[in-house]
Amino acid sequence: MTPDTAMPEDGPTLVQIRDLHFSRGSKRIFRGLSVDIPRGKVTTILGPSGTGKTTLLKMIGGQLRASKGSIIVDGLEVGKLKRGQLYELRKRMGMLFQSGALLTDLSVFENVAYPLREHTDMPEALISHLVLMRLHAVGLRGARDLSPAELSGGMARRAALARALVFDPMMIMYDEPFTGQDPISMGVLLELISTVNTALGLTSLMVSHDLEEAMSISDYLVIISAGVVVETGSPDELRASTSEWVQQFLQGRPDGPVPFQAAAPNYETELLGESSASR
Amino acid sequence: MNARAIEILVGLFMLLFLAAMFILSMKVSNLTSLTTTAGYTLIAKFENVGGLKERASVAASGVRVGEVINIAYDPETFEASVTLSINSSYDSFPMDTTASIYTAGLLGEQYIGLDPGAEDEVLQDSDEITLTQSAIVLERLIGQVLFSRSGGS
Amino acid sequence: MSDFLQRFGRFWLGTVERLGRATLFLAQLMGGVFSLIKRPSLLWKQLHASGVMTLSIVLVSGLFVGMVLALQAFNTLIDFGQENRVGSLVALTLVRELGPVVTGLLFAGRAGSAMTAEIGLMKATEQLSGLEMMAVDPFKRVFAPRFLAGVIALPMLAAMFSAIGVLGGHLIGVEVLGVDKGAYWSLMQNSVSFTSDVCNGLIKGLVFGFVVSWIAIFEGADCIPTSEGVSSATTRTVVYSSLAILGLDFLLTAVMF
Repeated sequence: MTPDTAMPEDGPTLVQIRDLHFSRGSKRIFRGLSVDIPRGKVTTILGPSGTGKTTLLKMIGGQLRASKGSIIVDGLEVGKLKRGQLYELRKRMGMLFQSGALLTDLSVFENVAYPLREHTDMPEALISHLVLMRLHAVGLRGARDLSPAELSGGMARRAALARALVFDPMMIMYDEPFTGQDPISMGVLLELISTVNTALGLTSLMVSHDLEEAMSISDYLVIISAGVVVETGSPDELRASTSEWVQQFLQGRPDGPVPFQAAAPNYETELLGESSASR
Repeated sequence: MNARAIEILVGLFMLLFLAAMFILSMKVSNLTSLTTTAGYTLIAKFENVGGLKERASVAASGVRVGEVINIAYDPETFEASVTLSINSSYDSFPMDTTASIYTAGLLGEQYIGLDPGAEDEVLQDSDEITLTQSAIVLERLIGQVLFSRSGGS
Repeated sequence: MSDFLQRFGRFWLGTVERLGRATLFLAQLMGGVFSLIKRPSLLWKQLHASGVMTLSIVLVSGLFVGMVLALQAFNTLIDFGQENRVGSLVALTLVRELGPVVTGLLFAGRAGSAMTAEIGLMKATEQLSGLEMMAVDPFKRVFAPRFLAGVIALPMLAAMFSAIGVLGGHLIGVEVLGVDKGAYWSLMQNSVSFTSDVCNGLIKGLVFGFVVSWIAIFEGADCIPTSEGVSSATTRTVVYSSLAILGLDFLLTAVMF
């Protein structure tokens, strides 16, 4: 598959990104990135640190605007939505931040109930019912009265997941969900992500550089480097890829197309002075 | 801290503010006299107003009955024109009332004293007090004393 | 030389850019304030955080400032035989100047810096982003309540500062130094006008509350989301607020008095 015309083989596309350009200051982050995110599947965006994976999620959610190109989510062009429409779209998307981003002045229960209280007029009993259902799904029903400061990192993420699920969104975005987790928490999260995806018929879009975990639950992978999509496909297809770059990334080799040494002047010259070069 | 405790504390905060405003308006400032500014105005012209300031008291028999609300120079009569606001309940000053500028104490603030005359007609709103006595200017007083001493001997 | 000019120009350009950002931020803030009418509970919480929590430092400071004023006023006025006017001097100084200004400075240091730190931390822990992704406008839920609370609380605190200062002045002047009680209060009443002095003092408080809250919230929302960024934003809030208060005080005094 060639990078810039990536097309999924199964089902319609939920998110379609075409020729995306974005810079932060003088640093160009995306240079004409195009990718299709399939509906109903678990897709992971991989790539070395600093390639703007989190930025991509923020752009899909409309928090950042592209300088050129388009992002279409479920038929709606995100960059052209007015504030009210954007907010409506966001209600159909859930996002899980790296730290959970729970509101520190509310309890776990209140945090999960927050979107319901803000956007609906539901009676208290109904809110309680929905919240407890979600908390039970992530295994935190017993922690409902704790404050976020009292939760471990993994529990905080699970609580944030419960909150993201409260409106039965069509898509959930996960920003580095596995970073810094112990093996058990990792296992819990992996289990949750794939169960949630299948049981609720969601589309899951993950951003990660934890290769093994990502590959173990993803249906579709997208590798980004230097601001463009380098390779896409299912985990098996990627493992069989002939691209040297992909192989370096997948096998975690320290040196290869992405060099070990950052660009620097000749070492001998720097150590011994200009005269050594002429020897 | 639950919502109810917060509301109670904020309510107390508001009460404290109202208490402070009460102190400031009633005890500290002249609000009590402001509420009785239902008054009528009189004009008085003086040769010299001395140190009279706006908001200075207007007193009759030593009791405050109003205040000075404006001091201006009249270029046509070359006199100072002082506008007084008198409390409505004191509406029986005769037409020949004298307005004089006195000093409270030896070196205190200056105020206007009203000495009623004997006429039957009463001063109405926007009337002019025709009998006035200007402020005593210290330099002139000293000059007079020196002059009279040297003249008398 | 050209290097200096370049840096100088860049500095000023950066400042102007920042000011522009802050003004746009203010416009969004005002929009958020309107929607507070539907959700007053957010306002009470912030009034508690900014107003009630600053109360103790304001009352204690007010008391001491009033007492010191009475002491100094007495020492100076007694040379002219005018020590009866201590009340006047204390009241006018407090109501016109020290009440709003000192309260403003205390507020900036206590409540303003707390606002900046809290918002900066929310930014650093992605809570603000989280709110946006939940389709909640942080201006309505986080910024506007704090702003309105500051605008309301500061003049109220200033009034309390002045009131307790006058009482403190009474304590020292009348009880300790022997000024006649009747003279203290009656001369004070004669010289302090409700409209031009007390009300103007309240207006000053309102203006200061507006500016301090604006600066505090903007610095928090605009900070670099690291611990260093939050700390320097907090410092900037206190410094800029204090300078703004003193500068505006001069302007307002020139206009009002």
